[in-house]
Amino acid sequence: MDSPIQTDFIRWIVFLPLLGAIINGLLGAKIQKSIGKGAIGLIACTPVVVAFGLSLYAFFMLTGLEPERRFLIDNLYRWIDLGSLKVDMAFLVDPLSAVMILIVTGIGGLIHIYATGYMHDDNAFWRFFAYLNLFTAAMLTLVLGDSLLLLFVGWEGVGLCSYALIGFWYTDHANARAGNKAFIVNRVGDFGFVLGMFLLFWSLDAQGHGSLTIRDMVKFAPAIKEMMIWGMPVVTLATLFLFIGATGKSAQIPLFVWLPDAMAGPTPVSALIHAATMVTAGVYMTARMNVFFSMAPDTLNVIAVIGVATALVAATIALTQYDIKKVLAYSTVSQLGYMFIGVGVGGYAAAVFHLMTHAFFKACLFLGAGSVIHAMHHEQDMRKMGGLRQYMPVTFMTFFVSVLAIAGFPPFAGFFSKDEILWLAASSQHWGIWVFAICGAGLTAFYMFRQLFMTFYGRFRGDHHLQEHLHESPQAMSMPLVVLAIGAVLAGFIGLPAVLGGSQFAHWLEPVIHGHEEGHGSHALEWGLMALSVGVASLGAFIAYLMYRRESLSPAIFANLAGGLFYRLFDRKWYVDEIYQFLFVNGTLLLAKVLSAFDTYVIDGIVNGAASVTRFVSWLNGLFDNYIIDGIVNAVANFTFWAGNKFRRVQTGNINSYLYGILIAVAALIIVKIRYWG
Amino acid sequence: MENLLTYMTFIPLAGAAIVLVLPNNAKLIRWVSAAATVPPLLMAIWLFGNFDRNQAGFQFVEKYEWIPAFNISYYMGVDGLSISMVLLTALLCFLCIFASFGIDKAVKGYFALFLMLDAGMMGVFCALDFFLFFIFWEVMLLPMYFLIGIWGGPRREYAAIKFFLYTFFGSAFMLISILALYFSTEPHTFDMTVMMAQASKFGTEVLPIWPFNQLGWGFQHAVWMALFIGFAIKIPAFPFHTWLPDAHVEAPTAVSVILAGVLLKMGTYGILRINFPMLPEATADLTFWCLGALGVWNIIYGALCAMAQTDLKKLVAYSSVSHMGYVMLGMASFTTQGINGAVLQMFNHGTITGMLFLLVGVIYDRAHHREIDGFGGLAAIMPVYTGVTALAFFASMGLPGLSGFISEILVLLGTWQKYPILTILGASGVILTAGYLLWTIQRVYLGPPNEKYLKLPEISGREMFTLVPLGAIVIIVGVYPNVVLALLRASLDQLNQIVIPHL
Amino acid sequence: MSPNELSSYLIIGAILFALGLFTVLTRRNAISVLMGVELILNSANINYVAFSHFGSGNTDGQVYAIFVIMLAAAEAAVGLAIVLAIFQLFHTIDVEAAQTLKD
Repeated sequence: MDSPIQTDFIRWIVFLPLLGAIINGLLGAKIQKSIGKGAIGLIACTPVVVAFGLSLYAFFMLTGLEPERRFLIDNLYRWIDLGSLKVDMAFLVDPLSAVMILIVTGIGGLIHIYATGYMHDDNAFWRFFAYLNLFTAAMLTLVLGDSLLLLFVGWEGVGLCSYALIGFWYTDHANARAGNKAFIVNRVGDFGFVLGMFLLFWSLDAQGHGSLTIRDMVKFAPAIKEMMIWGMPVVTLATLFLFIGATGKSAQIPLFVWLPDAMAGPTPVSALIHAATMVTAGVYMTARMNVFFSMAPDTLNVIAVIGVATALVAATIALTQYDIKKVLAYSTVSQLGYMFIGVGVGGYAAAVFHLMTHAFFKACLFLGAGSVIHAMHHEQDMRKMGGLRQYMPVTFMTFFVSVLAIAGFPPFAGFFSKDEILWLAASSQHWGIWVFAICGAGLTAFYMFRQLFMTFYGRFRGDHHLQEHLHESPQAMSMPLVVLAIGAVLAGFIGLPAVLGGSQFAHWLEPVIHGHEEGHGSHALEWGLMALSVGVASLGAFIAYLMYRRESLSPAIFANLAGGLFYRLFDRKWYVDEIYQFLFVNGTLLLAKVLSAFDTYVIDGIVNGAASVTRFVSWLNGLFDNYIIDGIVNAVANFTFWAGNKFRRVQTGNINSYLYGILIAVAALIIVKIRYWG
Repeated sequence: MENLLTYMTFIPLAGAAIVLVLPNNAKLIRWVSAAATVPPLLMAIWLFGNFDRNQAGFQFVEKYEWIPAFNISYYMGVDGLSISMVLLTALLCFLCIFASFGIDKAVKGYFALFLMLDAGMMGVFCALDFFLFFIFWEVMLLPMYFLIGIWGGPRREYAAIKFFLYTFFGSAFMLISILALYFSTEPHTFDMTVMMAQASKFGTEVLPIWPFNQLGWGFQHAVWMALFIGFAIKIPAFPFHTWLPDAHVEAPTAVSVILAGVLLKMGTYGILRINFPMLPEATADLTFWCLGALGVWNIIYGALCAMAQTDLKKLVAYSSVSHMGYVMLGMASFTTQGINGAVLQMFNHGTITGMLFLLVGVIYDRAHHREIDGFGGLAAIMPVYTGVTALAFFASMGLPGLSGFISEILVLLGTWQKYPILTILGASGVILTAGYLLWTIQRVYLGPPNEKYLKLPEISGREMFTLVPLGAIVIIVGVYPNVVLALLRASLDQLNQIVIPHL
Repeated sequence: MSPNELSSYLIIGAILFALGLFTVLTRRNAISVLMGVELILNSANINYVAFSHFGSGNTDGQVYAIFVIMLAAAEAAVGLAIVLAIFQLFHTIDVEAAQTLKD
């Protein structure tokens, strides 16, 4: 691969939304008050639309080049330069990132426009769009980042915006808590990500090619193929660490718990961040680093298993949900699981393909749900809905199309992308995975049609007063729905299965995704499996039809299976939240309290104890000084006094005794004189 | 410019003298004090522009004979290590004068002491003669004692004397080491550059006395340890850190900012300036436990203790303990990324934690308490203040785009090469930090607005004036870290090279 | 022990001295004390005369004795005057009573 082509316009794809964010963030309140929300909307939507235009321009620039040369770079400056760590602030457009920026700016732009309608009555309109623009800039940084470090900047940046937008209506603590949960769980993933980054950097450095610039890392990847650390290959450990990051960002087991709670945010946020873009960052990252993942088959197995487990578990939970957004949230987790199945069986291109189609139909579904919620005056319980297709035909049609797409009915987009993944799983002999994945597909069809029927068909079960006011959403909201639905219909055709001519999409991604799997197997097998997946989806849809449309089959039959055990398990989300709360949250808080008490009473106790001991010793010293040293001085004085008292007795005033004294003294002198001084 | 460093150090001292003779007009005193910190700030900016980033040695050197009988000279100079600290000190001193405008009792004494403290701090970073270094070190202690003890909170006497005695205890060890090094140099001198040059003279044969012979320590190790104890108290490293929460909680806002922003850097600065180049073999032997493992423990322990706090200022104090752990970890790595990250983290911590304390001060001035659970929903009441606070909190969390991220990631990246396990443990700190900071934001700023504080005034112009420069630096260094890294690189790489051969 | 030996006169002198000393020391009556003092002086007289007779042969000792007798008389006069004065102050001549010098 030769060096990429230098440009200087790519930076604007990132900077324009950033500029919008800064203007709305710093001046938004004033602008909203003086000019009005229309201005805010304009300041917010224009950069994204223009960025979309620039993205298209970049895309077409790429198509004009030969496949090996499809790399455009915009290098702003050297960001960090220390030793072998040389990281540039640079943006790279290649086939993979071109797809991503089109999705982010295109679908993102549509959602921005939708949000101008949806958030119209909110006073913090300007703040919402500041955050939304900031998010867009961060997501674009993530996908355009030339180095793993810059990718990580975007990675955390979208986490920040996700936090801010989930907790947007912050006066309710529950929303703030949901934001916290999202950020902290993401941080656990980020912890893994940075460790993987370090390991890769230093391993490459040991071979003389230390770098965090992705093109260089990919180029010199084979150099670290044989390296070991702690008894396992470096690439395996590093990719596992990176995958931990992906599970955080893309809501896989074990770090998926934040996504359903994230539904506390406004619906456009759910559509943009938690369906189309941020959550796909994990998939994008693995696709970007596919060279390393391909060198670590153990990691790929782990990814595939986690992917299918997540897909299935999330699907089971979605069966029991009544909140219109929660169903979609779990559906997103489940579909992300499918994307990781794709990665795990070596189908990076298939995973990205499903990412793209999913972006269309999931965004459409979420925006449709938003439309419903808007009409229902923020009621989200599907049991209070029903028969809405008469009142909201556009919403209904687009929703219906997207449901068909997600359930995997041909010729809608979801069919092609999901099927590609299933085919790759089967043809690479991952039959266990395939079986579970197919079950998941059936469940997907079931719960999506359940949602469709409960919401749009039958009688309206809600409040009568509300019923009188039901109407279709304004143009700003319904137009994006139509565009997205069209995408959900057509997007699949660029990724046709092998039997129908091969995937253009995978071909497009070839310069970045080396060795794409086409899957080996007979055409007959491929047709057979396709038919099977359609059949399973139809079965799921049919059962939903019987239960929720015809109401001839009671859901209670399944709910009461095994004494309601399964129902409770699914309804309580497999108790994962409870387990995490107990183990991690309560555990950490307990540890924090214990250590803090240790600090105050033991460590500080020792310090204060040392002070007390010193004071005690000095008190003893004082006593010693007062009573002993000084005592001796006083005792001498007292003795003198006592002796003097005693001697005073000599002064009797009595002449006789004085004479006695004289006599004795004289006698003594005489004796002494005679005896000793003779 | 001749004698630049001397002017930077002594102009605040002259300012203190002037303040003492001024009449008791609070306004006059405040503005004179502010004026006294402006020249050092301007000189610092000039210094920033004229510092040769490619030279690893000492620049702007001034050397005069002082006490020839003992070979003590007046020797000042800066290199890559100290220049970032000098810039930080000059900026924070200037901003803190403005943050001190709220002091209303014994104003003259306060500002005089504060300016004295300024001079002491600047001197410590510039001094290249050990005797001079020690003098400036002690000069810092006394004003701090009075500043905390007179203008502080309810338990100020306790906090002040604890701070003073604890640091003084460390200084005693430092003094012994200074004398030990003095007597080991040939000819006896206090000149640090000579000591660095004669590092090979400081013996490493095992000393025959207990406990040194049990530990296998030589003269170098004993001296290193003695110095380390003195510096560890300042960092503050576990278990010598308990003076910090009390000192911070009781000190007035501006004093807390200086304490966290500058004084805490003295410990790690001392280790890098003295322990590393003068005692390289001991450094090679002892840093894994004393800096690496202890640093990781600081990170985790500090974060967990912060999580359990109910007083906002104490929480920030413990977060300081946690952040300094990263500095210690980076110092132990002996890679260019690690050590540059460590010193960058010192600088960043000064700006970020400085902001945090100023922000706590804003709310304390209004509500007169710092109980985290006593607030709620402040974002609706004081949106601009919340915005700035969010910036500071996220910088503290190491959010990319802000300066904290660069230093933390450099430290962790650098340390991985030597000690991957320590890195994994240290990196877990990012999760804990996000945990307690977000939880605090939620309890204090989010949620329904607290009835008691609906009428709280928004952040004032003066308060913003102290915060905006720091906030700008946080963002700029995050986007273009070379602004600071370029200053550090040459000297720090040279420092690494002194120790690496002994590893 | 004959009257011709010096020692017998010295012994008498010693006995008289002892008796006089005893009287001085033990008697409570001031006059008695003065009488004791006379005895002591007279014992000294005997010594003088004895030594002048048996010792040098000239009459020096006898002259001294007359001096002593004269001094004794003067001293007795003065002493009695003091006793009178004490009697006027203390209303008794018991020596035990005059203890004002006692501390």
